[in-house]
Amino acid sequence: MAQKKKSSNYYYASQWTLMYAKFRKHKLAMASAIILIIFYLTAIFGNFIAPQGTEQFDSRYVNCGPTPVHFFHEGKFVGPFVYGLQKERNMETFMYEFSEKSDEIYRIRFFQQGQRGGEYKWLGLFESNLHLFEAEEGGVVFLIGTDYMGRDLFSRVVLGSQISLFIPIVGMILTVFLGILIGSIAGYFGGRVDNVIQRLIEVVRSFPQVPLWMALSAAIPPTMKPAQIFMLMTIILSLISWPDMARTVRSKFFSIKKEDYIMSARISGAPGSAIVMRHMIPSFLSYIIVRMSLTIPHLIVGETTLSFLGLGLRSPATSWGVLLQETNKLETIMFFGWKLLPMIFVFITVLAFNFLGDGLRDAADPYK
Amino acid sequence: MKSEFLRFVIKKFLIMVLTVFLISLAVFYIITLPPGDFLTNYVGQLQAAGESVSQETIDKLKAVYGLDQPFIVQYWKWVTNIVFHGDFGYSFLWKMPVTSVIQAYIVPTIVLSLVTMLFTYLISIPIGIYSAVHQYSLGDYLFTSIGFIGMAVPNFLLGIILMFIAFKLTGDTMLGFFSAKYQTAPWSLEKFIDLLKHCIIPILVIGLMNTCGLMRTMRSQMLDELSKNYTLAARAKGLKMRVIRYKYCVRAAINPIAASIGWSLVNIFTGTTIVAIVLNLPSMGRVMYDALLDQDMYLAGSWLFLMAIMTVIGTFLSDILLAWLDPRARKEYIQG
Repeated sequence: MAQKKKSSNYYYASQWTLMYAKFRKHKLAMASAIILIIFYLTAIFGNFIAPQGTEQFDSRYVNCGPTPVHFFHEGKFVGPFVYGLQKERNMETFMYEFSEKSDEIYRIRFFQQGQRGGEYKWLGLFESNLHLFEAEEGGVVFLIGTDYMGRDLFSRVVLGSQISLFIPIVGMILTVFLGILIGSIAGYFGGRVDNVIQRLIEVVRSFPQVPLWMALSAAIPPTMKPAQIFMLMTIILSLISWPDMARTVRSKFFSIKKEDYIMSARISGAPGSAIVMRHMIPSFLSYIIVRMSLTIPHLIVGETTLSFLGLGLRSPATSWGVLLQETNKLETIMFFGWKLLPMIFVFITVLAFNFLGDGLRDAADPYK
Repeated sequence: MKSEFLRFVIKKFLIMVLTVFLISLAVFYIITLPPGDFLTNYVGQLQAAGESVSQETIDKLKAVYGLDQPFIVQYWKWVTNIVFHGDFGYSFLWKMPVTSVIQAYIVPTIVLSLVTMLFTYLISIPIGIYSAVHQYSLGDYLFTSIGFIGMAVPNFLLGIILMFIAFKLTGDTMLGFFSAKYQTAPWSLEKFIDLLKHCIIPILVIGLMNTCGLMRTMRSQMLDELSKNYTLAARAKGLKMRVIRYKYCVRAAINPIAASIGWSLVNIFTGTTIVAIVLNLPSMGRVMYDALLDQDMYLAGSWLFLMAIMTVIGTFLSDILLAWLDPRARKEYIQG
């Protein structure tokens, strides 16, 4: 009985229901979706989750490695805490090194008012200084260490994600808009218009992407405000990535242009714009969504690479690329290995988006 | 038959010329893009260095580069200089013609790119075939997951991670093309081995993304061909599976790979640029990056132009290669 009900549901289910059912079967894609939701929520509540603000630093703790969070002190459970830190000069390398003092305990407190300088305006609306966690007065907690100015890397990763995760979204929207517009013009009119657009696509695709991105962003004057650089970077990123989207849309147009339902819409006197918007685009919307999810990781890599090279956002504005600039210094690789840790976040995000795209691609064709 | 092939080549060639023309327009636009033209920057630099620049000199320089004229005239000057005199303009950073700078660095860049490309094809095609023939085996899963990860890691991160690993293993970060010991030493077997060692990371970084992409294409193409009717027919007639695979299927499956040689170049150029910057290699990528940081746009723009032209030529050649390999492709093109 249950079997029968299930199968009749299958036949009555809408396309989107089937897609969702199929998507849920792709375990990696589901896991990726959950990870991405967590990352984006973290970015939105970034100021609350990060213990430090963008402009806070502590010159006492320059280049300090990660401080492990302990739960047991001498075999006794005390809850999450960190040990106090002792700074010593290593007589071989002449660098300061930090070690734990096992007699000083600083508990980690949750939902605390932050230290001075940690004030922020959440979403630009509500002033607050509430932070998720903070060590007791006198102690410090650096989950993945600090940088050359004594800034908490974990805070920088969280705050940087606000830019690194949202530039690609805005860029993706622009890319999709341009791609659909240009692709559908080429696909709908065909002939000479199509020829011109094809040449245009070929020209853009002939440039290696990263060097072209670099050349365009080199033209951004460094004195600009971060918000303006942000806008220009999104425009540059999407100006170069629309051709792939346009090609997908164009080829879809060509394949469904001769379908009967398009013909009958035309005979019934529907105007061209209605045929495109109401009949054609919805029929391959799922493919567009797949391409969207695959465009985002591309743009994340683009933004990160440009900022890493010093051609995008610049300090004190923080993005993952800006953060990783330090990793390209020799002493980082030789002495401060933990500064490579922020890479993991870039890596996970990009991989998760790729898996998500893969799952969506499988789901896009639920009748297969 | 022969004239059909010729018509195809001529048609493709004309399109290539048109594309190069459009690319040159785009490149020149980029060159003139930075706010405050390069002459102002140059004069500023000269003045900062303590040299006095008279208005007369400025006007003269302006006339030489046609800066007081509209975009089209400037563009025309730039293009005719390139076509008739092979003159790409003047690099203010290097204080010499762009052509000389490019000549000095182009050889290692091209060699590195070609070697990487060779490796890419040598590795990705056999692995793709193996994965398809042994679908869902342990090896297939292994290569597929490597392929996925390889396509996801940004080039520059991979470069840094490999440097880190190299340092942990050998105590050397493998920067540049040679160790300090061999930098100025005359050529010898040890120096050559040292060079090879230093090329491992660049080739891995430049090639990985492309290799992974090609691997996946080859695998899916091969799977397609293996399930086609002609394979079944050949099998039914008693042909050995090994013969069917390598004589029929591989030959058909390799066509799209041949068609993508031109586009592979784009990925490789992106890779070489990033690698040169991260690993501090004396190649064009590094030169272009320094030029961009200083807004020395003639140098950066010319290299961008050359990369795009090489890609277009590569695409043209791979189109012809495909037409030669697969008669269906040229027929479709001529008729369609």
